[in-house]
Parts: sequence; structure tokens; C-alpha cells
Amino acid sequence: MSGPSRIARGLLTDPAKAVSFRFDGRTLQGLAGDTLASALLANGRRLLGRSFKYHRRRGIVTADKGEPCALVDVIGEAGREPNQPATAVLLSEGLHAVSQNRWPTLALDLLAVNDWLGRFLPAGFYYKTFMAPGWAWERVYEPLIRRAAGLGRLEGRLGDHAAPAEIVHDHADVLVVGAGSAGLTAALLLGSAGLRVLLAEQDIVLGGGTLLDARWTSWRADACARLASLPNVRCLPATTVLGAYGHGTFGALETLTAQERARFRGLRERLRVLRARRVLLACGAPERLIAFPGNDVPGVMLAGAAHAYLRRYGVAVGRRPAFFVNNDEGYAGALALAAAGIRAAAIIDARPDACAAARAREAGLEVLCDASVSGVLGRRSVRGVRVMLPDGVSRSIPADCLAVSGGHSPATALACQLGAPLRWQEAIAAFTADLPAAAGRSAGAARGIFGAAAAARDAEHAARALAAELARPAPEGAAWLPWPADPAATPVRALWEVPGRGKAFVDLQNDVTTEDVRLACREGYEHVEHMKRFTTCGMATDQGRSGGLVASAVLAAARGVPLSQVGQSRPRPFAEPVPFAALAGGEVGSHYKPRRRLPINDWHERAGATFVSTGLWLRPLVYSAESGWEPVLAEARAVRRAVGVTDVSTLGKIDVQGPDAARFLDFVYANSFSTLAVGRARYGIMLREDGMLFDDGTTARLGPEHFLLTTTTANSAAVLEHLEFHLQAVRPQLDVVLTDVCDQWAQFAVAGPRAREVVACLAGDLDLSNHAFPFMAAAEASLAGIPGRLFRISFSGELAYELAVPARGATAVWEAILAAGGPHGIRPYGLDALNTLRIEKGHVTTAELNGNTTAADLGCAHLLKKSGDFIGRTLAARPGLLGTDRLQLVGVRPADRSRRLRNGTQLVTSAARSASLGYVTSCTPSVELEGWVGLALLAGGRQRIGSRLLGVSPVHGETTELEIVSPHMLDPENARVRA
Amino acid sequence: MLRIPCPWCGERDEIEFRYRGDAAVTRPGSDAGQEAFVAYVYRRENPLGWHLEWWLHSGGCRRLLKLLRHTVSHEIQWVGTAEQAPPPAQGAERA
Amino acid sequence: MPPPMPMRPRVFPQATAPARRSSGRYSLWRLLREGFRGQRGWSQAWAKATPRPHYKVVIVGGGGHGLATAFYLAAEHGIADVAVLERGPIGLGNVGRNTTIIRSNYFQPANIRFYEFSLKLWERLERTLNFNMMVSQRGTLNLFHTEAQRDLFTRRANLMRLAGADAEALGRDEIRKRVPLVDLDNGRFPVLGGFLQPRGGTVRHDAVAWGYARAASEAGVDIVEHCEVTGLRQAGGRVTGVETTHGFIGADLVCLAVAGHSSVLARMAGIELPIETHVLQAFVSEALKPLIDVVLTYGAGHFYISQSDKGGLVFGGAIDGYNTYAQRGTLPMVEEVTAAAVTLLPALARVKVLRQWGGVMDMTMDGSPIISRTPLEGLILNGGWCYGGFKAIPAGGFTTAHLIARGSPHPVAAHLDLERFAAGRTVDERGIGPSPWLH
Repeated sequence: MSGPSRIARGLLTDPAKAVSFRFDGRTLQGLAGDTLASALLANGRRLLGRSFKYHRRRGIVTADKGEPCALVDVIGEAGREPNQPATAVLLSEGLHAVSQNRWPTLALDLLAVNDWLGRFLPAGFYYKTFMAPGWAWERVYEPLIRRAAGLGRLEGRLGDHAAPAEIVHDHADVLVVGAGSAGLTAALLLGSAGLRVLLAEQDIVLGGGTLLDARWTSWRADACARLASLPNVRCLPATTVLGAYGHGTFGALETLTAQERARFRGLRERLRVLRARRVLLACGAPERLIAFPGNDVPGVMLAGAAHAYLRRYGVAVGRRPAFFVNNDEGYAGALALAAAGIRAAAIIDARPDACAAARAREAGLEVLCDASVSGVLGRRSVRGVRVMLPDGVSRSIPADCLAVSGGHSPATALACQLGAPLRWQEAIAAFTADLPAAAGRSAGAARGIFGAAAAARDAEHAARALAAELARPAPEGAAWLPWPADPAATPVRALWEVPGRGKAFVDLQNDVTTEDVRLACREGYEHVEHMKRFTTCGMATDQGRSGGLVASAVLAAARGVPLSQVGQSRPRPFAEPVPFAALAGGEVGSHYKPRRRLPINDWHERAGATFVSTGLWLRPLVYSAESGWEPVLAEARAVRRAVGVTDVSTLGKIDVQGPDAARFLDFVYANSFSTLAVGRARYGIMLREDGMLFDDGTTARLGPEHFLLTTTTANSAAVLEHLEFHLQAVRPQLDVVLTDVCDQWAQFAVAGPRAREVVACLAGDLDLSNHAFPFMAAAEASLAGIPGRLFRISFSGELAYELAVPARGATAVWEAILAAGGPHGIRPYGLDALNTLRIEKGHVTTAELNGNTTAADLGCAHLLKKSGDFIGRTLAARPGLLGTDRLQLVGVRPADRSRRLRNGTQLVTSAARSASLGYVTSCTPSVELEGWVGLALLAGGRQRIGSRLLGVSPVHGETTELEIVSPHMLDPENARVRA
Repeated sequence: MLRIPCPWCGERDEIEFRYRGDAAVTRPGSDAGQEAFVAYVYRRENPLGWHLEWWLHSGGCRRLLKLLRHTVSHEIQWVGTAEQAPPPAQGAERA
Repeated sequence: MPPPMPMRPRVFPQATAPARRSSGRYSLWRLLREGFRGQRGWSQAWAKATPRPHYKVVIVGGGGHGLATAFYLAAEHGIADVAVLERGPIGLGNVGRNTTIIRSNYFQPANIRFYEFSLKLWERLERTLNFNMMVSQRGTLNLFHTEAQRDLFTRRANLMRLAGADAEALGRDEIRKRVPLVDLDNGRFPVLGGFLQPRGGTVRHDAVAWGYARAASEAGVDIVEHCEVTGLRQAGGRVTGVETTHGFIGADLVCLAVAGHSSVLARMAGIELPIETHVLQAFVSEALKPLIDVVLTYGAGHFYISQSDKGGLVFGGAIDGYNTYAQRGTLPMVEEVTAAAVTLLPALARVKVLRQWGGVMDMTMDGSPIISRTPLEGLILNGGWCYGGFKAIPAGGFTTAHLIARGSPHPVAAHLDLERFAAGRTVDERGIGPSPWLH
């Protein structure tokens, strides 16, 4: 047998399949189907961990994922995964788990001294001390606190970007959350009405509370079979709905079983994004604890959990369990254990009498009514309970376990996230939340209707209403077997706390006691959210599921107001802790963002280019694997001396057509385009409406109503959006069509004194003479036999042509350019060389066009139209944009030509070395000039041309004397481009 | 998560769209002066309640849409094309 | 948003003498003494005041900035005839919802000066307020992934150094040593290096509100919770007080410190602000033994992370990017942020995220805050904090108090006036322009 406490056959365990596992170094046996918790209980293990603050011994409290105490680290091949609830870790062969937050061992933990010092360490004690000396916080106190805090330890390399991950998107008419009697009934009804239904259940099996009641076995089996036969219903077991996000969307986490994992290459969980027209919340009502001294001793657990361990796993949580309840549901476990031969030591019921008490007495159990547990005997484990009897007499009852039920609180988190207000219901001593009808319905225990049959009946009504709303009325009559009748029940009586000596916990994981809550109240942290933040109550992995309302009740009593006035702290997603990996999905590591590749990317790769990411693009930086400037300068030199070719396909390209195309461009550009002749191109600048420079580029007129606009690489998407917005929102009367053609066209710049000869070889009989095809000419042309476009424009400052060809034929054209340029010594050049060339020439990129510069700042105020409306015109005239002390574009050169420049260097005067006047935006070693050259933005820069300043870079510890020069350091007369 | 009913493409997730701000402001005439443009560019009603706003369906039809959406509940009461205006009844409720 | 609280008349003795409302000095010795008597001797950290009919200054908003302003008015300018009015309980807006980071690494020189001033106040705040808010200067480390980013960060670090702040460049090896969990190479954008501000760090956020509230209350300021301002009364072009759910409260000066809701309050005075309200989300993981001992930011996506003293990883991303007053998390953002997290720190893959939530931000048209007089005489605005409000609390409160008390802006906050938009003096950190959803 797999452990001495296994007394029966469980619903989920297979007695034929023994599984061995290790816990804290000891090898133990469990059964297939066990959780780690059930297997440990079967082996009589009670002590699983040490608590967060006081390092008190802790055992197993629940039988589900909401476990506050039994958290363990699971050690696998990849490393150590912390904080796994033993109640949810499915047993597998060789599983290795260790207890947490103890040193040196679980049995002997030195930090348990905190428990003795507890009187000096109340909630929030750290706010009141450790303030002096100032340096000591980071060096002494904080490291100590940090080491003591935290539960599990993360070790090893648990992340692997290659690990499979999935985010799955689902759509449905109705999402049913929870598959107890209510959820199953609702799904059957909605399914039979022909609606598309998703049924999400947190448990690995469907059935909810009916799993614990043998009378429901055949009903459940039948319901599940019927659901399986409905093609429009999908059941998602082991799927927790994490949160409600509005507009019918929900996030859900599906945990895969071992078999499924094997099938999906090791996938452990899926994030499901669910979209449904309505939701039906049948997510039940978790059991809550009662605060009494020692309610955390190993062996104290929820009554529903004791019941679940017996039914699901055949495990008796004790040989002589005591029960402490205030509701009839809490008796079920005691009766089931009795039927299995385990007699409860006593059932202590806080109520004067109850229907269930009569049934228990009939079964031969001792029931003490109107009584309460005022303490637990035993420190390491429950040895007995101290019971306060109605006559004021206290009595000790030997017991090895205490099962507690303080009532059930409907799960309202999803409803609250959907905007439902909380409503106090005295009859069930809990809050419920009424879902807005437009979102859906709550049903069953989730809205305080207890009893499996009553919940199912409630769900049927709710589902019928939903089906009618969705115009698919459900057929009359039941699509299921008759429900077994609920036993007569006496209502719950609110019982939150039993006073007594010793710590009584309201948050077991964060070690928050009733005294902490009262202290919070005394200190004025009396709002439930203040209390929560001051004590950390409800902020642990279980989100205060079993104790949150108890804490509110203790607070209400301390404040002397009804609990309904105190409320509960606001439930936020997620319903259960979710691994980062599950939320992140597959777009991680090298797939974090897409890679945009150039049309002739393969050629660049073959040529040995080093690539650089600019935005999403991968661009050739230099055609060499060597680092350093030499390969870059060799490329740039080729352009200055002979000819080079570079791939500028990343430029944004927008096709602008229509009768009003020219008028539209006049509006979006600060300079005029209606005056541009067909067959000509023009450099244009765009402003934002606030008057700042937005983007620049060259736009060619290909026909009377046809322009091709180019943008900077960085702004291509933003410019397109800007144009689309202004066309549709501000100038809707204009007849213009915008088409993004960035990916359709490759574009190559052939630059250098020999460029004309090279291009002439490709352009057929097109006359490229200065007269026929001058600077800024544009034409449709056959390029190496491929229909394309030819522009005579230059970014490098040399005689240059840009050849635009359809992306598909681009490699042939590129190779033809290289072939034609071979005799002239043509070289491909990358982004670095391009940058060198444009800096020498004083052309700007986004380093200067940084969103805070004006046309005047960059020396192009003369381009602004004098008349006519355009975007940014009015606000560009604000005084702050006109000042002569603004940062203006200048060139800089080190006075000592052997010194280098650095981007980000600040410009100061030697008299005021801490007052920045501006900074170096771009710099490069020069090809044509001696040493380094750079561009800078400098306060009142144009006035300072000819002067000297200091360039300081404190992070590099460098100071360099700089000459301030015109930004046009090369060929200011533009002779080369017009050659 | 917003599900935006695009008149051209149907209901789609918000990630397909690009937000473009308040659609209740209109660009002044070219000679309206600086003050009018300062108001147009900078000043916003920023209501806690119904908000008329621009969305560009950049991951779909690339049309600009106008939405009347509540800034607390996120309920979308009306959606239209750039040229359309919300029906006056709803417009009145904005106040 | 906290659940709406029913209004209850609060019965507290009308506290006028500061001594009566003192919660006593906090110290280790007192903690020990209280340990021997069941912690019974503590009293309310701040007195729950009922409003008087008139104050010299009424501050609307009991968040970080409002409470700090009140404290500095009393402490620096001797003006204690002040009420802070808060719609709900204090400290539950953005001061209690952020990712707790403090730093002064900004691009605009004027902003560096302002935030550095704040950092200096943080460094002595616990002793100023006698409240341990766990100011932890463990450093903020910004990673970069492209040369363009390196240049930007170099420029910023140099500017910071010139302004007297601290900043240093870290190479890959130093990053590896400091945060061994970082995957320098396998992301879509490998890490090229980083810049560290050693004096940056984190602060226990809730404690900031409580600490200022306690100190302000002790200095005689009335902190009035559950008192919602429903209108601003004016006469002759001057503000004369506020209409509240507790009736009219007169005031010589009214200061709005309600970031997230500045537009709503300003509109009560007929003022439209250059602000849109957007949601910024934050997330926290389960508590773990120490893993990350620095505030780390990713440069290839919007993601930042630190570990709290309790052991939880606190992290966040960008704003969702559309107007909203809804303080809740969304699904697309959690996917985006965790994808960045796992890319940068693959070891987090199996760590579990506990909660997500949202705070609503005043996003201004230039991404910088507003501390300014307004067109309505006597109405002062502290707002527009975008997502930088928390770290600015000491400086925001200090300079707002200065503006209120002296009538002229404090030198480090003079650039944050409201007129800068019309004048074209915007302080645009990243050059994005008047599209708040992109800031």
C-alpha cells in the first residue's frame, strides 16, 4: 500500500500504479493520480514547510491550487522551481521536492526564533525602526530582511527560449466558468440550444463538488458523456479563468497533464484568450477558515480538503480527526470518513443545532453544538483541541487532525472585474456580486445558492435566460438525469474568530494574525485596503482566498461597524499564479520581435556583411567581419574617390495618387510640391502640428497626379499613419489615395564621381547628361532590363543616383550595378560608411531630427512656404520656437586633429564647465578631412561658428577642445552632387 | 481588452488598431491664429465618461474610425467612419 | 479603485493642538517597549480630521503629492492651516499602485535638476519624517541594445554628471556580474551595455503616503478622508473654496494634486488642460529569495523590474495608449511585458506572476509634469506626472509648497509651468510631440 493513511480507493488514484518520489531527501511511495500533498498525507507526513515570517511549522490546508501553506520547491533537470503548491503538483515517477524557508532543516529551523520574538515584530514593525544611520539600510538591515523574506528559491537555468509555448485564441457564444453541478447543467442546456459553449474548469476533472458526493456519480458520468457528444461544446479541464478583461474577453491558463505534455513536445501550459458574447459564472464558493489560536498547526486543514483527500485519493487525513464547523457542508467529510471507518473525535459546531448534527449523531458521531475551538494542543502537529462548551466549560479532546469550515464565500473575483458591486448576504455570511446582465449571469454557489441540486436548478434558469437573450431558446425539458436531492440544511452562522491565547492567523502564507489586523486598525489603517497594505494580508500566492473575509470581519469588529461596511479588498487578476512563460507565449528570445529583411538580404549575407538592427530591419553595417573603422573608411573612400553602391530599401515609400495629390502634399509638407514639375524630385520637410520637424525625405513627381514620397527609415510607419490621419480626418475632401509601397520596391544608391558611367550601363538609352538628367531629376526607366525608376538624388554628397526596382528583381539589378561598376572599382557600402559620408556633408538623420528640433534649428527655415496652410505652420511661429538661443545644428572638429569625438559629448565653455550648451549628435573619422568630424546641436550654434568650446564626456573621463564649424564640412557649394 | 467593431472588417482586437486621440477637436482654419491652434493641439476635454476618439485600423483596412467609447467602462456606444458624426441622441448623452 | 465607502461621520476630537494628534516617535526602543505590552500603545498614524469651514490652503487629493505638499507647507513655510481632502482613503491612487522606482536619469537638463532635487530629498526623507519607507538605493540599470541607444544614454549620463547626479557606463561583463540572470546574447536585440545610476532604487510606496500623512498631521494639517470635491467656487475671478460631499469648505488657495483626474477637477474651474488620462499597469510575482539586486530596465522593449524586500518581483511596461480612467490591467499588455521579461531574464520563465493592476496617469502633451498657477487666480495645479510621479513626490511636494507659500515658482520647477505649451517652451523628454498616447 502506498502509505499507511491510504484507507480506500480514490476517484483519481490507481492502486495498481505505485510511483516513488522524494521529499526532503526521503524516498516515499505514492500512487499514479496522487498529488504530492495526497501522497505525503498518505505517508503520514504533516510538516511541509516553514512560514514566511515566524517560520512556524506548516502543513497542508487545502486540496486545491489555492493552498496557502504547503508550498515546496520542485527540483527538476533544469533547476529548482520555487513555490509549487504540493496540493496541485501531480505526482510523477522520481519527482523531487524540498521544503522551503528553513535553515538548516525543516524540523530544526533556526529562524523559528522569530516566532518567539513575534511580540516585537508586529505588522509593519519595519516602518518604525531601522532608520539610522542612513547608510545602514542598504548595507545591514535590508540584506538581512531580504534574506529572511521570500519563500522559495529559484535556481538553475529554467528558461529556455526554445521551450514550446502557446497562446491560443478561442471564441464562443457563452463561456461557462466552473464545471460543478451548476456549470455542467448550464453547459448542457446551452449546448443543446445550439450555442457554442466553452466550459472551463480549474480542476483536472469535471464535476466540482459532485465529485465528493457518491450519489451524484451516475449523474456526472451521464452529463459528461452528453457534453462530449455535443460538437458545439468544448470542455477545458485544468483550465483556470485568470481574469475578465472586458468586451467579452477572458484570459485562461490551461495546465497540461503529463501525457499531453509528452504529446506537445514538453509544453506545460497554454494561455487561452477567450472571447465570448456572454459569461456564465458557476465557479463555486471556496471554503474559509476560522481564526482561533493555533489555526496554523500542521494537521489543521479545511473540512472540504479532508473530504477531498478521502474521496479523490483514498487518504485519511487523520486517524482521529476533529471537525470545527459553522455550516452543514462541513459535516460531509466527517460522515464520509465515518463510512470509511474513521471516526471523528468530535464535531464542534458553533451553532445551537443543525440538521447535519442530527445526521452525524445517527452515524454515531459525537457532536458538540454551540461550541467552539479555542485552541490547538500540540506545536509540531495537532494532538488535540481545546473546546469551549456553551456552559463556559472548556474541554480538551484528543485528536490528530482538525478539519475546519468557517463557511463558504462565493467566488466573486471575475464578477467584480466585470463591474459587479459586492452585496452582503447575511443568510450565507458572505458577499456576492451581481453580474451586469449585459455581461452574463452568475449561478449556483458562485451567487450563494448552496447545495448541488439547488445550484444546478439555479444554473438552468440562468442558462435559459442567456439562451433566450442570444436568440437560441433552449428546448423544454431537461437534457440530463434527475438531480439527487439536496439534504435538508441549517444555514451557516457567521463565526470569524474565537478569542484565546496565541497567534490566530487570517493569512497563513504571509503570517498575518488577528492581532496584526487590530493593530492596523489602532494605527488608523482601518480601511480594508489600508489594512491589507499595512499587514500584507491577502497579498500572498493564495490571494487571501481562505482568510480574506475573516480578516475583514476582524477589522469590522475592531472598528465596531458591520462587516458589510468594511467590504473586501478588490480582487485583481490573476485567479491563480501564472508562470511568466505561459503569459509570454512564443514571442520570446530571438522571436521577441520580427526581423525585417531586405529584398536582397541573401546577397548581403553572402558578401559577408555585418548586420545591425535598426528598428525591426536588419541592415548591412559594413561588408566585413572586422571591427574598427578601417573597413568602413575603405568603403566610404571608394564612394568619395570612385563609386559605391548601398542598399537604401528601408526608406519608407508611399505612393500618392489622385487629382488632389499635389494639394495634399502642399498641406503635409512645409515646402511646396504643387510647383514640382513631372520628372523632378524635391527634398521635403514635414512638421508636426506643434511646429517641430517631424520627418524629411525626397519626393518625386512621376505624373501630374502621381507622386512617390520617401521617408526616413525610422519614421516610415509613423509618417504613413500621419498622412492617413490627416487625409481622412483633416482633409477628407481631397481625392487622394495613399499606398504603402515600402516592401514592393528595392532601392539602391549608386554614388561617387564614377556613378554616371555605372548607371549609364544599366539605363539603356536614357540620356544621363547633366543637361538631360540634372540633379533632382526623376524618371521611369528600364534598369538592367527591369522596369524601374531612376532618381538623381544624393545623401552622400557625391554625384549619385537611386535606382528603384521591384523587390523581386532586385538581386539581378544589384549584381548588374556591381558588374557595371567593376571597371571603376565599385564597392558596396554599408550603413556605417553611409553615416560617415552624410556627416561630412552635414546631412541630418534621426540623431538630429529628434523631435525637439525646428526647421530653423537644422538650418532649413528657408524651405518653409511663405503662403498657404500646412501642418505646423501656425505653431512653428510660437516665441519658444523662434529663439536664437535654441539648439542649432553645427559641425564640430577636435582642435587637436588626433583626438577622437564621441556621440553624447556635452559642449561647455571652459568658464562654466557644468553648464551644458549642447551635445554631439553624430561623429565619424573623416575621409576627406583630417581627423574626426561631427555634428552637434548647440545653443545659439550658428553664432558660435568659428569659436572653440570644450567637449566633455564625464562617463569617459574625457575633455576635448572643439572647433565649432559649419555643418557643411564638405563641398558646401554642392558642386559634387551637380557634377 | 477592447474589441472594436470596424465598420469595414468586423469586430477585432484592439491590437489591430492605432489610437489617434480625441476626435472632438477640429483643426482651425489656416488663419485662426496661434491661440486657436494651441487649443487644437494641446487642450483636451479628457472626459471621465463618453469620449469621441480616432482609431486607425492599421492592421486591417487602414481606414480611420470614430468611436464613442466610455472611458471608465470602455463600452463602445457608436462607431463610424471618419466623415460620420455620432447620432445626436448619443452626442447629447456625452454631457 | 477601492469599493465606494458609505460616508460615515467620524467622531474624533477636534484636533487643533499638534501635540494631541501625535502618534509618538517611532524608534527601535519604542518598538521593544510596545512588545512588552502587546503593542497597545500605538495610536493613529494620522488623525482622521473632520473639515473646518475655512482653511488658508485646501489641497485636493490625498496622494503622494498632495500629502507631501501639505507637509512641506507646514514644515518649510510654517503654514499649517491646511486641509488635504481625499475622496476615499489616502494613498490608494498612484502612490499605492506604482512600481516604486526612484531615479533622476532624464534627458532634459531642467528635468534632471528637478528629479535630482527629489532624489536628494529621498535620501534623507526617513529621518525627516521619522518613518521608515525603505528607501533602497540599490541602483537603476538601463540596458542598451543599439549604438543609437548607447549614444542617447551617453548623452543623458553626461548631462546627469554635469548636473551633479551620478551615472556610469557598464560593460557586458559588469552587467553579467551584477545581474547574472540577464541573457546578454540570445534575445532578438542582444545587450550591448548599460548605464547605471547607483543612487537610484526603490521605496516602499504605500509608506510614502503614510509617512507624509503622519508628519503633516502631526504638524497640524487636517487630513480629511472620504471627502470628495464636487465643485470649485470662485468669486471675482478668484477661487474661494471647494464644494464637497461634506459641504462647502472655504480656502484662500486651492491646490489640485489629483494626477490621473486633473482634467476632471480643472474642468470644474472651466479649465481644459493639456492632459489625457491613460492607464499604466504594474505586476508582481510570488515572493522569492533574493534574485535581482538592482532596478533593471530593458532597452529593446518597454519593461522594468526590481525585487521588493518581501521578495516579490515588481515589474511594469508602457501605457496602454488610449484614454481611460479604468484602473485595471489588460491582457495584451501582460503578454507584451512578460515576453520582454522572459527574453531578457529567461530564468523567470517558471516564476509565477501573482497580480496585475493599473493606475491612471495624467499624460501631458510633452511628457513632463505641471506645477503651476492656472488661469483661475488662487488655483494651483500639481499634476501631469505621466508615469514619473512617484519618484517626484518629495520634489513635487516641496516645490508646490514653495509656489503656494511664496507665490513664485521654485527654481528647479520653474520650467513646469502651464504657459509653456502656448509659448512653445515644451519640455519633451523624448521628442514625441503632442501625442500623449505615444509618450
